[in-house]
Order: sequence, then C-alpha cells, then structure tokens
Amino acid sequence: MTLTAKDVAEITRLLEESNFDELMLELDGLKLTLRRNGFAAAATSSNAEGGTAPFSQCGRPQTVSADQGLTPGAAPAVGPAPPIADGASHNISAPLLGTFYRAPKPGSPPFIEVGSTVEEDTIVGIIEVMKLMNTVRAGTRGRVVDILAQDGALVEYGETLMRVGKAAAA
Amino acid sequence: MTIHRILIANRGEIAVRIIRTCRRLGIQTVLAASEVDRDSMPARLADRTLCIGPARSRDSYLNVGAIVQAAVAARVDAVHPGYGFLSERPALAKACAQNGVAFIGPTAQQIESVGDKLRARAAAQAGDIPVVPGAAVGSTAEALAVAARVGLPVLVKAVGGGGGRGMKRVERLEDLPYAIQLAQSEAGAAFGDARVYLERFVTRGRHVEVQILGDGRGQVIHLGERDCSVQRRYQKVIEETPAPGLSDSLRRRLHEAAVRFAARMAYRGAGTVEFLVDIERDAFHFLEMNARIQVEHPITEAVSGVDLVSEQIAIAAGEGLRLRQSDIRPRGCAIECRVNAEDVAHDFRPSPGHVSAVSWAVGEGIRVDTHIEARARIPPFYDSLMAKIIAYGTERDAALEQMWRAIAATRIEGVATNLSLHSTVLADRQFQLGGVDTGFLARLLDRPPIHVEARLG
Repeated sequence: MTLTAKDVAEITRLLEESNFDELMLELDGLKLTLRRNGFAAAATSSNAEGGTAPFSQCGRPQTVSADQGLTPGAAPAVGPAPPIADGASHNISAPLLGTFYRAPKPGSPPFIEVGSTVEEDTIVGIIEVMKLMNTVRAGTRGRVVDILAQDGALVEYGETLMRVGKAAAA
Repeated sequence: MTIHRILIANRGEIAVRIIRTCRRLGIQTVLAASEVDRDSMPARLADRTLCIGPARSRDSYLNVGAIVQAAVAARVDAVHPGYGFLSERPALAKACAQNGVAFIGPTAQQIESVGDKLRARAAAQAGDIPVVPGAAVGSTAEALAVAARVGLPVLVKAVGGGGGRGMKRVERLEDLPYAIQLAQSEAGAAFGDARVYLERFVTRGRHVEVQILGDGRGQVIHLGERDCSVQRRYQKVIEETPAPGLSDSLRRRLHEAAVRFAARMAYRGAGTVEFLVDIERDAFHFLEMNARIQVEHPITEAVSGVDLVSEQIAIAAGEGLRLRQSDIRPRGCAIECRVNAEDVAHDFRPSPGHVSAVSWAVGEGIRVDTHIEARARIPPFYDSLMAKIIAYGTERDAALEQMWRAIAATRIEGVATNLSLHSTVLADRQFQLGGVDTGFLARLLDRPPIHVEARLG
C-alpha cells in the first residue's frame, strides 16, 4: 500500500477545490472513498456493504428487520408494534434500544402521564443505552392516550412507547 | 504475599488484556461475568468464569456483594477491577480488604479522596497545582449562581464521575436546570453518586494526562504523558504519546505536578493525573485524577516498554516499585484509535448487535487490544468500545502512517463502526501537524469534513 495518510490529505484538498462530490480510487489493493458533506453522506452508500442494517432517523418509526435484533436465536417475545396509520393517533417509538425511564430520576414524577398534552419537543422519557441517557421527545403534537412502555424495561429500537391522539387543528 | 490467582471484575477488551499479562506471569484467572458475557472472549480465555448476575451492570458488574462473594468462593488472592464499573468505588476496595483479598489498585481512602472531584480539586490546590474555576452545586439556584460567577459556557460534571461520563456543556442559563437534572440522573446510574459540580468551560485547551505509579509509601514515578485531545462529547477517540509540540519546560512541569499530587497522598498503584493545557499561555490546570488503569494505557507501554498491569499486580503484592524514575526512558511515538460500535452516519448512535466477520490488522508496531471476534455479540448494556488499535513508530509521522494502514486493513461486519472517523482524522492536515485542541473533532464534524473511507484488500 503506497498511498499514505499524507497523500490522502493532499487528495482531500484537491477534492475540496473541485466541483466533484465523491472520489473513488483503487491503488495497490487500497480502496479509497472520499465524500463531501462528511459522515451524513456515508449513510446512503457504504453501510450496506459492511452488512450493517441501516437505521432510520430518530423519531421516524420503522419496522425493525430480524438482523437488527440483538440475538436472532432468542428474539424477545414483544416485537415492535407496527405504526398505526389511521390518522387519528400517532405512535412515539423508541429511537434506540435501551432501558426506558419515564422520569428524569428515580422518585421524580414522570415526564408525562396519560392525558398530558405534548408538543413536538416535549420530553416524554429517557432511554439509557451504554450508560448514556438519551432524551426521547414526542415528535408530534396532541394528547397522550396510552403509555405502553414500562418504566425500567428494555425497549427495542422502534418499539412503540406511547400513543398520542392528534391535536385538533389550531 | 504472592499472588497466584486473580479475579477480574470486568469485561471486554480490558478483561482480555489483564488475562494476557496473568498468563505471562503464571497467574490463574477467574472472570466475574454477567449472563450475557458468559460466551465472550475473556470468558473463554479465563481459567474459570463465574456468572455474577444478569446483563444489567447494576445487578452484575456493579454488584459489590456478588463480586466479593465470587472472589472468596474462587479463593483468589487479588481482585483486578479494570477500568469503569467498580474500579473507582471505595466499596469494592473496602470489601476486598475486609475479606482478606488484595485489591489491585489504590486504598479505599485514596479512591474516595480522588473520586470525589471536589476533594481532588482541593488537594490539587493544596499542592500548589492550579485548577479550573468552579464549585459544587446542590440546587438549581446554586447552579445559576455559580454559572453567573465563573461565566458561560460551563461544564456540568459528576462529582463521582470520570472518563468523560456525566459531563454536559451548557451555553445558556435557561438550559442549566434540565442539564443538571440529566447529569444527576446519569451520574446516579453510572457512578451511584448523583452529586454534580460546575466548572468554567475552557474553549481552547488540550487534554494532557500523566501516567504515574506509586508504591503506597510515598514513592511515585511517572511514565510520561498522553495527549487525549481528540474527543467527541468528552469521550476520547484518539490518544498519542508524547504530546506533540509541548515545550520541554511545560512537559517537565506537568510530570512534576502529577508526581507531587500523587506523592502527597502516598498513592498506591497505577494512576493518571489529567490536566487541561493552555498552549498559548504555556500553562495548565488540574482536571482530575483517575485511580485506575486507563483505557489508553497501551500507548505508554509501547514507548516505555513497561507492562503497567504487571506493575499493578507487583505493587498489590507488596513488592513496591520495581522501577526507578531513571529506568523510564520513553522511546518513539505511539498512537491509539478507539474502535467503537457506533454509527457515524447517524450521529454516532451506539450500534449493538452481532459481529458477523472481523479481521484486525497485524504487523510490526501494531497492537490490537480487543475482545471482538467473528460471531461476537455487542450487548446494549455496556459501552461501545470494540477494540483499541495501537501503532508505534520511531517518529510521529511513522506512527501515524502505521495507524493509517492498520485502520484500512481492519474489517468489521455486522455492526456499524467508527473506522471511517479514524481515517478522516488521520487524513486531516491539522491533525497531521499535531497539537490539536479538544474542540478539534467537533469543528471537523461541523464543517462537515470530506469523509474518508479506506479499505485494504
């Protein structure tokens, strides 16, 4: 392999100054792919090659395929509920797999209850994954009609956490 | 006392790394593993594995009772806590002492005094080592007052924290209450201590830390420094030694401050004193001390030739320091890339799952510390570290090019990884020049950079 990191820094500069968005190069067994617009650009292309099931963006419910599960041989009994598409309610689904908490800390009142009204950016829970607390926002407006996820339970990616009745047009 | 058998109260790559040294020393290993780690690489390599509880760390790797019970039942001479989990919890060190088992690390009292970041700050000041302006906060009102005093932006830090966990940067006063709550909750879950404190956020600094070894009787030596400025959200991504571009006098003052800090408390074992270095002013501030083996310890081993885990064990066995300061003569440069199971295309979201195929780089000057092999499972309950790739070279350029090739030669299938982040940083001109600050990676990702993906073969 003759192409060094320094060479690539030089090539990167050429790409920056050019009108091209992408550059692919094969040399001495090295496959080099350079893409403008950083890591977001990688989402559409190379991931599938590595055998990775691409994830959808946060908050956009998506049915999880089998190979995204942790243990294909021992799939949890409760799979992610399919999104309801009746137009009357909206599902808030787990943006990632982890432990779901309804309150900011143990003993605190929950972020929301059945009957609470939520805005797009209302915090409805926390999902702990790999020791990091991830805030879950409603992503929709309306009244919470059902809370399906148990506090402290493992929720799967895409699993429905709660249902929100659509707000009347204001 | 001779150590014949060690219980490893940890998982992942560090468990494998400890087993490797134990094997070389003829020490038997007992792994305390959670239910989901029973088929992991360290479980297979250890002489014996004891399942200490279910997947959730709280019920397994953070369960002092279960771990000490396992240690006593397996009749081990010592417990190695690795990093994270119970490594910096005085409770484990205390429980070991009460049960006649050596704890491979500092005394419970030392863990307490450096683990409490506020007490550590006070100790640094008492030792004439400058600290970053800040204070403890118990309530939202207090937090607002401290933030107003030290100025925004501020960092919310866990008093019992470390390793970048439980840290939040706050730019606006109105965001402070929620940030405090979230930090308290994260700190409570990760460290069992929900107290937090505020510190001024230094916008342009470098994270430089000094590796030390102490015999517990007041003798302390240092093994040089590591530059860990390439961070994303306070999580180290790439580390290197020596820190590029430091003046000789600043480097010496850092080493001296670290030794002074540790010697004042007669520190026992391996530890790391972290500093925030202000290159423009040729000055530094004490950040914290980590009373454990660090994730990035292999780069120090690469340039010093010292097996730090072996020295930890010797100190725990009462042999004291087997090396004098004059025996430490670091040579060359070493760099480490942390390979994480995270999806760079989706905001670095953790990517647990099954590794279907994997191939690590081999070659002169390359070391890979990992627990990941084909069909390995990456559970969602723990951190996302899959491997550490360490490259050595006589010069920094050579080490960087070694690493560039090693990253290109690495293949991981089945889960998303941050390999292309490493290629992108390694091919960055600023990084190649050396001496980037802790904001470098955030700015690079903001730009956004030209995404570099390199694959060999």
